[in-house]
Amino acid sequence: MPILERDDAQIWRRRTTGQSLVRWFGWLLGVAIFVYCWQLISESTTWFFVWDAPRIANDIWTRATPPKWDYITQLGRPIWDTLNIATLGTIIALCMAVPVAFLAARNTTPSALFIRPIALLVIVSTRSINSLIWALLLIAIIGPGVFAGVIAIAIRSIGFCAKLLYEAIEEIDHTQVEAITATGASRWQVMAYGIVPQILPAFAGIAVFRWDINIRESTVLGLVGAGGIGLQLSASLNVLAWPQVSLILIVILVAVMISEWVSAKVRGAII
Amino acid sequence: MLRLQKLTKTYKTGDQALKAIDLEVPKGQVLALIGPSGAGKSTMIRCVNRLVEPTSGGVLLDDVDLTKLGSGALRKARREMGMIFQEYALVERLTVMENVLSGRLGYVGFWRSFLRRYPQSDVDEAFRLLDRVGLLHMADKRADELSGGQRQRVGICRALIQNPKLLLVDEPTASLDPKTSRQIMRLITELCQERGLAAIINIHDVALAQMFVPRVVGLRFGEIVYDGLPTGLTPEKLTEIYGEEDWEATIEKVDEDDDVEAAE
Repeated sequence: MPILERDDAQIWRRRTTGQSLVRWFGWLLGVAIFVYCWQLISESTTWFFVWDAPRIANDIWTRATPPKWDYITQLGRPIWDTLNIATLGTIIALCMAVPVAFLAARNTTPSALFIRPIALLVIVSTRSINSLIWALLLIAIIGPGVFAGVIAIAIRSIGFCAKLLYEAIEEIDHTQVEAITATGASRWQVMAYGIVPQILPAFAGIAVFRWDINIRESTVLGLVGAGGIGLQLSASLNVLAWPQVSLILIVILVAVMISEWVSAKVRGAII
Repeated sequence: MLRLQKLTKTYKTGDQALKAIDLEVPKGQVLALIGPSGAGKSTMIRCVNRLVEPTSGGVLLDDVDLTKLGSGALRKARREMGMIFQEYALVERLTVMENVLSGRLGYVGFWRSFLRRYPQSDVDEAFRLLDRVGLLHMADKRADELSGGQRQRVGICRALIQNPKLLLVDEPTASLDPKTSRQIMRLITELCQERGLAAIINIHDVALAQMFVPRVVGLRFGEIVYDGLPTGLTPEKLTEIYGEEDWEATIEKVDEDDDVEAAE
């Protein structure tokens, strides 16, 4: 923060001249890199397909409309499966995530040296692999079907839920815990009275949030054979039955909208 | 009844919060612990019920050395010591009644407390205490709906339902307005008298301490520099505890306050 003395007045500038120059060169460098990258991408693009895109898109649109409405009779069961995959997966994930979160939170972990890193490893490893990849693996292990989907969703969600939950546990008000400890309460009583009431709103929020995400994720699990409406989607795509595809997309859209509405209502009720 | 012997606490950072404190609190005596911020007041009362582990020295409650107890025995000993906190430390999302009953956690098993099936005698006592502090009609309210003074009353009930011998009180009035502060201090000292409880009250409002307690202990840099009657707190003594300042106003204010109090 330089201040220049001039004519008895103190002139204030945000940056010194040197700092301004450095920033100016930074911007210049950024623009140069952008232009260079643009060129690279342009060279490796087959522009013929890009120019052709509007025509193809229009072609698919005319084939896909109107949706094949009577196909809906065959979609009831798959969308129900999809909802079940999401819901069961979320419930299983929450059951696993709660202990992991308590083991991972700095203020509740029994051992910061050994157990906490293991819990963090569980969180990172389950979070970093997409549920589609989990589903592929699980289909190889337990065979195709809804069950593989449920487990894939559950595993993928453990890390997500546990991470958010352990952050909530670390942010609790410590004096409430102290007060409960001071009454002579046991370790479990301190948890039930000092910690759980404080993280309950966060827990409920995380649960509906993850459920909402899982409904969206479980719609694509069928693409790899893990049950649900994705199965119908991939089948329709394979035979180029565009009117069916468009109807499936509409059904997915409606399901996601309903789930978002429900989770917004639940979160509103808690907070 | 409570005896601190060469109680020392050195934090990991190397700060010596308490330097070999010797203090004896007889049964039924209420004493105020005054001193500047960072003098070790909070550390001292937390060392008594071992919310903070003392580094060395002894804490004898009825000739039992609390510093040597295992975790089970420590929990039993903590039931004998009620604690009241500066920011009330109520469990915000539980009801007033649940907060009061949580004072019985050391006496009931996990499942009874988890399912809120407290013995009828505990429930009766909770209602009696809430009535005593004038909050019976609030029993079903959530703790975060209460005002500061009301919350501190609930905190007092929670400490008393433990049926303690000793109250550890950490800055009970620091977040309250002057009028509520006095009401809370009066309530605490009255209840101690009714039940013959000893109490250590951390407080940084010297005038308030002088008004309500028969014995004042001054702490500075983890050492006791004053122990005596509240009337013995001369400007020289206050300078020794807190450092140089014009103390006449503080001490005079006590008398004025008493007049106001009497006029009310």
